[in-house]
Amino acid sequence: MVLPQITSPHISGANRTGQLMLWVILATLPALALQTYWYGYGNLINVILAALMAITMEAAIIRIRRRPVVFYLADNSALLTAVLLGLALPPFSPWWLLLIAVLSAIVFAKHLYGGLGNNPFNPAMVGYALVLIAFPVEMTRWATAGIDLSMEDSLRITFMGFSDVNGIDSWTHATPLDLVKHKGAQPIDALIASPEMGQGLKAAYWVNFAYAIGGSMLLCLRIISWHAPVAMLTSLALISSVFYWVDPQKYPSSLMHLLTGATMMGAFFIITDPVSSATSRLGKLFYGAAIGILVYVIRTFGSYPEAMAFSVLLMNLAAPFIDYYTRPRSYGHQSSWWR
Amino acid sequence: MINTSQKIIMNGLWHNNPALVQLLGLCPLLAVTSSVVNALGLGLATLMVMMGSNILVSLARHYVPEDVRLPAFVMIIAALVTVAELLMKAFAYELYQILGIFIPLIVTNCAILGRADAFARKQPVSLAALDGLMMGLGFSLVLILLGAMRELLGQGTLLANMNLLLGPMATEWTWVVVDDYSGFLFAILPPGAFVGMGLIIAAKNLLDQILGSRKLDTSRGKTAASKRVRVTGNIT
Repeated sequence: MVLPQITSPHISGANRTGQLMLWVILATLPALALQTYWYGYGNLINVILAALMAITMEAAIIRIRRRPVVFYLADNSALLTAVLLGLALPPFSPWWLLLIAVLSAIVFAKHLYGGLGNNPFNPAMVGYALVLIAFPVEMTRWATAGIDLSMEDSLRITFMGFSDVNGIDSWTHATPLDLVKHKGAQPIDALIASPEMGQGLKAAYWVNFAYAIGGSMLLCLRIISWHAPVAMLTSLALISSVFYWVDPQKYPSSLMHLLTGATMMGAFFIITDPVSSATSRLGKLFYGAAIGILVYVIRTFGSYPEAMAFSVLLMNLAAPFIDYYTRPRSYGHQSSWWR
Repeated sequence: MINTSQKIIMNGLWHNNPALVQLLGLCPLLAVTSSVVNALGLGLATLMVMMGSNILVSLARHYVPEDVRLPAFVMIIAALVTVAELLMKAFAYELYQILGIFIPLIVTNCAILGRADAFARKQPVSLAALDGLMMGLGFSLVLILLGAMRELLGQGTLLANMNLLLGPMATEWTWVVVDDYSGFLFAILPPGAFVGMGLIIAAKNLLDQILGSRKLDTSRGKTAASKRVRVTGNIT
């Protein structure tokens, strides 16, 4: 009788990374559907264009790095980065904006650092933050909630700019977070009662709800762990309720912070990135909580209305530090982080 | 003598370039290279200080005791920087205002102190002067290249505002490469400088690799010919 010694891992499968990434992409579909419903075809065009660009660039850079192209393309990570970027960038973004964002995400943030697994920063967020800093005008044009634009007009805006579309007066509108940022001395109640805010909030709630649904699906499939999202949402809810309690007319409620902007997208799809986030469970709790606080602080006191990308990048920088202090106890050793 | 000076020239411009290889003086390099004129202004000032300090340090090399050499060198460099600053104030005041604190900060440019300590204090004046000139030139060329890259990407122009440095005759030099370019703010901002610098260093290393591998190929041929040498690696 032969008793061969087999070392771990005992569960094996063909390119599991590719499957995981595909599941995450599938989980974004409800949000993509709702964003298309509320903000027109813009995000759909973004996602498709970004995906085409990302796959082309990924293939080219893998070729330049002399690695097997098909093998690395099959991990679908470029596709996921492109989908997240397409969802995060404003609808009807000009094509060159997408090109620059995808280029900096795939080539600069990922492959120049050594490819998937070696990138210290979340590629999609690097691409987003870079274009946000470089093109403030284009990046602050979010579509009006409930916009009704034909596919042809949408494509025309994407490729030729707004001036080439006839018969439309405007297609952009301040988002709820923009309105809160620039409300001045106006009390929150009056702001929420205004019709422009009402429509925008409704759309934002629906879209965030869709991200939460997709995220719950990933949680159920155990593709992501609950630690980072729960910590982030809790810390954001706590800190915003403290400020809301102090002055409800100046600071918006927790509900608004949790369900507008990129909160749910960030909580379930960005900060759960296995490469650039903290790795241990305790570390993920700290990592998520710090992002929640940073999001609130930058939204409230910073110069940008939304802060997901900056918070994630800042905490990506801190992730190795968190990992160092939250190493899990290995069997037979004493717990290290009490000392 | 000719061989030595050739070596000094190659070291300054390429093999031991202060900006690309020694990575010294990066603070002013990254901060002011948002356009060609800024880069050229700082480059010329640095070149002047570097050559002057190398000459003076070399002249004084027998009289400066080993223990206090660094303070003495810093004094020499500081005096020269003050000269450069006053000259710039007199002849290119607008540019001086743009470059601001980075002109006095040339004193702390470690590339200059590094050359004074590592080279000029052990060499005769002629070689020290040549070294200062070549190191300064190497530094300035990188500055200008980075400035051109960032100006082109950021504003779509080249050689804009050259009159700040070269007087009214350069007013017409602005070359608008791309008409109605909306601008790429990222290239002008500090992160653009880091990315641009990284790309230049990568390009230099790539070029070295290509040139180096050619040299390696010829040496491999030699190894194969001499049968008595046994080396690890492929012998064909």
